[in-house]
Amino acid sequence: MKELSLNILDVAENSVKAKASLTEISLTECNDTLTLVIKDNGCGMTQEILMGVTDPFYTTRTTRKVGLGIPLLKMSAEMTGGSFKIESVSITDDAVNHGTTVTAVFNKKHIDFTPLGDIVSTVVTLIQGHPDCDFLYKHTANDNEISLDTRELREVLEDVPLDSYEVIKWIEGNLKEQYLQSESI
Amino acid sequence: MTVASLLDYGFKSIVMPDPNRKIDGVYIGDLLSWVMSSAQCDNVWLTIMSNINVIAVASLVDVSCVILTEGVDLDADVLEQADLKGINVLTTDKTSYESAKVLAELGL
Repeated sequence: MKELSLNILDVAENSVKAKASLTEISLTECNDTLTLVIKDNGCGMTQEILMGVTDPFYTTRTTRKVGLGIPLLKMSAEMTGGSFKIESVSITDDAVNHGTTVTAVFNKKHIDFTPLGDIVSTVVTLIQGHPDCDFLYKHTANDNEISLDTRELREVLEDVPLDSYEVIKWIEGNLKEQYLQSESI
Repeated sequence: MTVASLLDYGFKSIVMPDPNRKIDGVYIGDLLSWVMSSAQCDNVWLTIMSNINVIAVASLVDVSCVILTEGVDLDADVLEQADLKGINVLTTDKTSYESAKVLAELGL
């Protein structure tokens, strides 16, 4: 994908499909590396399925025979000399602590590094598309941190749905403002 | 025009499980997600990428064949998958541009 943010959107959608009530997306920049972690508390996968997810011919979809979100993310990370890891605990193995964590490390200085792109749109699209799920977004670089937690918004908003126009516009504006305010991100 | 007939114009076969596949048009691209949304069914796809995801994209778009340009080759495991999924893969030492010129002269 031309932008890493589109890949993040694609992979985070898997978390929602896995019935995650909370999906955490974190981006951590340290020196020349960018670490992306997408962690959910969804139904997870058995070790057998987990082995197959980096294979592009494996998919949970029934509409096509190949799934490329995870394979493309792995490729993007490895193309920069970075690394990729996916861990999962299936709900069938642990009824309480289940979920999946995807970690991709990128070397930002590598010429094949895919630019992050419009991450604000990605976060907004996720919330708008799945107003009943919670998302925690964090982007940290040096001493700056940008964050958004829909659980906190929900507490303040009470019965107002997260996908109502005003709320979505506020979230978008708030994230953009945080990016403007931070000097190093 | 079929994929097998490309062998008469300097393209070499790496794996050709479906030689009689008809060709319609050409697409050039190395950014796989972009190719996925832009290439068309039955196209010849010219690329320098050669990992397993290439075979997946070729299968998804249902291109007639992949031509690996600039002398790029396939790893044995990727070749095996291509054969298994019925994806024709050819190679050439030419660049994608030079290959496209040959294909254009053939009326593609």
